[in-house]
Amino acid sequence: MSTTTTVTASEKPVRDRTDKLRQIKLVVAFGIVWVLVLMMALSIDNSQVLFLNADELSKEHQPEPFNGLRLVWIGFAIVSIALVVAVINRIPRNGWAMLIHVAVGLSFYAAFTVWYYADQTAAVEAWITNPLPSMVKYCPPLVLGALAGVVCERAGVINIAIEAQLLMGAFFGAVVSALAYSNGVGMIAASLAGVVVALMLGLFSLRYHVDQVVVGVVLIALALGLTTFLRGQIPTEQENAHLNTLLSDSPDPLTPIEIPGLSSIPVLGRALFNQSILVYLALLAPFLVWFLLYQTRWGLRVRAVGEHPKAADTVGIRVNRVRWQAILFGGALAGLGGAFYTVGSSGSFNDNAANGQGFMALAAVIMGRWHPVGATMAALFFALTAAMKDDFGLVTKVPSELIAIAPYLATLIAVAGFVGRVRPPAADGQPYVKD
Amino acid sequence: MQLQIQGLTRRFGDFVANDAIDLTIEPGEIHCLLGENGAGKSTLMNMLYGLLEPSEGQILLDGEPVTFASPKDAINAGIGMVHQHFMLVPVFTVAENVMLGREGGPVLNRGAAAQRVRDLSDRYGLRVDPKALVEDIPVGVQQRVEILKALANDAKVLILDEPTAVLTPQEIDELMGIMRELKAQGTSIIFITHKLREVKAVGDRISVIRRGKIVGTAEPTATEAELAEMMVGRAVKLTVDKDAAEVGAPVLEARNITIIDPRGHEVVKDVSFEARAGEVLGIAGVQGNGQTELIKSLLGLIRPSAGEIMLDGDDIGRYGPRRSLEAGIGYIPEDRSHDGYVSSFSVRENLVLDLYRSPEFSNGPALKLAEIERNADDRIQEFDIRTTSRETPVGSLSGGNQQKVVVAREFSRPLKVLIASQPTRGVDVGSIEFIHKRIIAERDRGTAVIIVSTELDEIFALADRIAVMYDGRIVDTVSPDIEREQIGLLMAGAGGAEGGAA
Repeated sequence: MSTTTTVTASEKPVRDRTDKLRQIKLVVAFGIVWVLVLMMALSIDNSQVLFLNADELSKEHQPEPFNGLRLVWIGFAIVSIALVVAVINRIPRNGWAMLIHVAVGLSFYAAFTVWYYADQTAAVEAWITNPLPSMVKYCPPLVLGALAGVVCERAGVINIAIEAQLLMGAFFGAVVSALAYSNGVGMIAASLAGVVVALMLGLFSLRYHVDQVVVGVVLIALALGLTTFLRGQIPTEQENAHLNTLLSDSPDPLTPIEIPGLSSIPVLGRALFNQSILVYLALLAPFLVWFLLYQTRWGLRVRAVGEHPKAADTVGIRVNRVRWQAILFGGALAGLGGAFYTVGSSGSFNDNAANGQGFMALAAVIMGRWHPVGATMAALFFALTAAMKDDFGLVTKVPSELIAIAPYLATLIAVAGFVGRVRPPAADGQPYVKD
Repeated sequence: MQLQIQGLTRRFGDFVANDAIDLTIEPGEIHCLLGENGAGKSTLMNMLYGLLEPSEGQILLDGEPVTFASPKDAINAGIGMVHQHFMLVPVFTVAENVMLGREGGPVLNRGAAAQRVRDLSDRYGLRVDPKALVEDIPVGVQQRVEILKALANDAKVLILDEPTAVLTPQEIDELMGIMRELKAQGTSIIFITHKLREVKAVGDRISVIRRGKIVGTAEPTATEAELAEMMVGRAVKLTVDKDAAEVGAPVLEARNITIIDPRGHEVVKDVSFEARAGEVLGIAGVQGNGQTELIKSLLGLIRPSAGEIMLDGDDIGRYGPRRSLEAGIGYIPEDRSHDGYVSSFSVRENLVLDLYRSPEFSNGPALKLAEIERNADDRIQEFDIRTTSRETPVGSLSGGNQQKVVVAREFSRPLKVLIASQPTRGVDVGSIEFIHKRIIAERDRGTAVIIVSTELDEIFALADRIAVMYDGRIVDTVSPDIEREQIGLLMAGAGGAEGGAA
């Protein structure tokens, strides 16, 4: 029977529509990048730009000129190769595709930076700095928020309210750190504030089975209103000097702790090993969450209730209890992330401190495909775009408003265009009701 | 371990799902529980497994009364259950699924779990790869994983709830071998099914349940007709009367259909066939071999990635369901509650769900309500739909009557092609007879009929020509006088036109 070869005719590959769409999408995107990089390369007159390989200007560390134009052309070459590969539809479908995207992204980033700082006309010339230290500095709310989302959604609860957890964490972190005059206590309070939001999320979604997206949106509105209101209630110095001091005179914000030796590693050293304790926590958290989710009993159960709660129930796992644990843990993470806006940076709370970063964290969850490491990578990418906004403020080649919307634009392109079809946990957002 | 059930009753509101059930399962016996869909078998088992609380009555293990508040209690007492819909996490490995719920320590030891799976599978002859992802293995193997899960808990009583619904005939034989092996090692088995052949093949004792009551016990030596009569409550005909088909010209032609699903898997691979007027084409195959997608593409619910669906010389695959319906395709979907009717709509409304646009039932934007009511009354009568009134929501009817609503609607317009997917799934025997009769009548009127069913009995009863699907391909097209074993082999991917690929 096995001698017949009737199948050979059908072995010609059939192209699915989604595959064609993917090719078109890649060609268009790479094509746009290609055109932009080419335009930048052609418009640079003076190939020299300044680069400072340190945090600050000092006697030892002076900005050094280098041939930026060459870098732009290298980037152009990389984008060209990627474009050709996309045109002949040879972009792989595995992890290498990600590498190609990253390469194209970095090429664009480098080209844009060089172009931005080239041919300056101002009296004092601005220089390019290493974006990594400030990217990492900005990352705690995004990374911790994204991890909170991963933990919740892996357990099958949609957590839109990351923004609310960040805000509450920021506010109560500030107030409690002032009350106790301790940043440590403030961070714990921030974490607890996140847990309180998670409690409300759990109460409505797990107990009363309210639509989880709706609950999340309402919680965000509540947190925004509540923190703004409460901040307004803190008396000014004229009204009640004592209370004002008590509630808003916070200790000095967290300072970077330099790890000797490691911090002098070129490029990465200052980014990873000269940061505040909050940043170190944010950098360690992905490993912790990964370990919890994939190597422990608790994690196995969390993932089981997020994928197939009934299966978990039939082996004696209490579905809602595990979900409660997951969202409370997530709340603690996101609340701690919120502490960055107050305890971690200025010390005092500004209205709407999170400014939409909770939503970016949510996008990072999806972009990172519900995996702690992926979500962290995506969160770091968003942190980079946020850092860019600060770094690029010195030169005004592009309107600063445009730079300010860049992170959101990048989020939109990344999530809508390139995440593609991803599979969330199967029971994500579905309350578990025994029949 | 002896399991005794005494006067177990479960009510849902006014409805008595189980009425004072008495049953004794002796150690090391295979006890079959035979009953139609909706007879109350699953309710009974869910009470045994701690998923439902009994309203009255008690469960005794070796003479000791026990109560199960949750599955955990039942598991600890030595009861294991293989659910009809597998309780496996698809993205987990086999070992992870088996260890879930008894991980043995806060940090996972996957090596030990895999070893435990290997030990158990050696002991009972259940071959599985502990490291394979559950979503990647065939249903037959998934079922073995379910059995392993129960055995890993040292189950003394194993409940198998409709375990054969998703299996090929060969896999069913294999499962029966496993059941005998387990029995030899002292495990009692409660085998729930509505298939008479299986009960007779493997059972030691047979209890028949009907409308929530045990109506009798029988020995495996009883004839199928006797068992069927006990199960249904009246004499039933197990075959369909039909004359030889008067085959006409091809009506619907599928040419080289290939479908790639959202996950990027090629689920239908270069399938071609034609449906001819006045003939029933049966598509046989185990669930999940591409039939669902193929059928949906015929109606335009899925656009094939390649290939054409020709009806009267026009490629209707490009348009969409509305065009296909208007072109004269009748469609009885596989999952009627999902695609067949709107459960909160009344019988009257559901009967015109795809007809309301016709001039018969509407005048521009206005519906002709009187016409729709008249239509409902006619159909209810013609198709013997048991409903309290035409305004009853379809969701509250029994499965058989829900299906009759769908069938009545599809048959109430002139058809060129009738596509029926699992037309009698979850339907009582009485309605099955009726629906089969209507399908044959439609064939005799000259319609091309395509039947998709995973139940070989149904295929044999209706089809004039049988196409067997395996792994997205039609592996062979045979005539219905083929041997059961032969078609079983085809369904398992062996033999036929492409033996090498299996």
